[in-house]
Amino acid sequence: MRKTYRFTCIVCPLGCSIEVEVEDGKVLEVRGHTCPRGKEWAIQEVTSPKRVVMTVLPVENGALPTVSVKTAEPVPKEKIPELMRFLASLKLKAPIKIGDVVTEWKGVKIVVTRGA
Amino acid sequence: MMGFPNVPTLSYDVVVIGGGPAGMAAAIKAKELGLKVLLLDENDYLGGILPQCIHPGFGIHYFGEELTGPEFASRLAKKLVELGVEYRTSARILEIRNYSDLEKFVLFTSPSGLYGVWARAVIYAAGARERHAFEIGIVGDRVSGIYTAGEAQTLMDIYGVLPGKEIVIVGSGDVGLIMARRFALEGAKVKAVIELMHYPGGLARNVMILRDFGIPLYLGHKVVEVRGKGRVKKVKVVRIDENLRETGEEFWIEADTLVISVGLVPAVKKLKKIGVEIDPATGGPVVNDRLETSVPGVFVAGNSLLINDLVDYVAEQGEMAAEGAKEFIENGGIESRRWTRVEKGENIRLVVPHYLSGERDVYLYLRVSKPMEDVELRIPEIGKRLKLPVVKPAEMIRLKLKEEEIRGAGKLTVEVVRP
Repeated sequence: MRKTYRFTCIVCPLGCSIEVEVEDGKVLEVRGHTCPRGKEWAIQEVTSPKRVVMTVLPVENGALPTVSVKTAEPVPKEKIPELMRFLASLKLKAPIKIGDVVTEWKGVKIVVTRGA
Repeated sequence: MMGFPNVPTLSYDVVVIGGGPAGMAAAIKAKELGLKVLLLDENDYLGGILPQCIHPGFGIHYFGEELTGPEFASRLAKKLVELGVEYRTSARILEIRNYSDLEKFVLFTSPSGLYGVWARAVIYAAGARERHAFEIGIVGDRVSGIYTAGEAQTLMDIYGVLPGKEIVIVGSGDVGLIMARRFALEGAKVKAVIELMHYPGGLARNVMILRDFGIPLYLGHKVVEVRGKGRVKKVKVVRIDENLRETGEEFWIEADTLVISVGLVPAVKKLKKIGVEIDPATGGPVVNDRLETSVPGVFVAGNSLLINDLVDYVAEQGEMAAEGAKEFIENGGIESRRWTRVEKGENIRLVVPHYLSGERDVYLYLRVSKPMEDVELRIPEIGKRLKLPVVKPAEMIRLKLKEEEIRGAGKLTVEVVRP
């Protein structure tokens, strides 16, 4: 079965309209991208989509009640609910600096983006 | 001098009002240019709205890498501190006075009392305010559970409080879409995003969030009424026709929270008080290519100038304003033999700056009125043509003009047309 996926590239703010032609799970053609990153992303988007995940974690004795964190790399989309449940169980103590790795989840580093 | 005999007064070359990306970039640049600068911010932390924008997507142009909002803010704040820029947080501006071209007075409150600052130039970078429910004609019960997107974002991503469990978002602008993702990630149910226009309001990469989380987007619809006792219980949605008139076709959505994300307005009240001319299209001041307003020595940058969608351009505007302040202070004014007026042609909703000197390269920031495909951006007076595959009101266009292109032109008309 031949299928065409159409979507907007989210690699950068340019937002190219990309079309990916797929047959039996194999990518035949990518159209509409303007850079190699866009092409790579589009292929990944139809084969195994990934996202950087961000949230806030409660922190004791900080200047603000939370610190913000992100995954150091994009994680598979279908794993996000599981990751969020894991992150919801964490509680931190100040001081925490921007760039600190507070924990790891299945080899993915959870990095602080706003300290406290 | 005039004014407030009992108020302790400070004296600087330039006062920067606002400690967000525009203000911090302006203060850093001003310091690097050798000016004595003071930055004031009313929050108790620097960064403006960036610390609560915890998603990635910032800094691709300005820092050459993708950062989250707090990371972007912290880079600027670090540089500010390293350079020894003086700043005060929890400093709320009461008034700006313009005594003469090189005598500005800024009155502010702070935890240690009331202060006045004399400065030769002012860079105003106080950001924008959000439009609220009453500005878009939503009527009904006065209940809790109605927030602007920014308020909801502060609650969630600074204070760690989820604003509700079942949420309807009004407006498909970037903040609304980004909050839809945050609500969904944190386990709230986003029942719908309601958009008045017949196309989405946000950047394409943010519209994609809705697909990721299976959130329904109603284009050409609006929320007209809220009902509940104490807390939001349901909201009434009506369909809108092509001419944005209500069709009478309506339905209710049950929700405990309504989040309003219907755009920003430059916060320029204090500038209006000193006679700064406002462009009704941007809601911000009319400026020249140094980002100087109609009041000499008062400069503006960031969302106080016009609503930006990329922080990178906000920081860039801060630097431009600082360069303007430097020239203004050194020369006693911004000189130009003749200003070239920039005018709006076909499908242009707004364009900034409004006046160009032709003595320096400049970035034009502009937005179209309606979406179009396969078009050309043209400035007929100078034969400038630029092919654009897609233009959307949500996506600001930035165009560089070289001084030799501008010089000699009586006016420049910017238009977006089909070739």
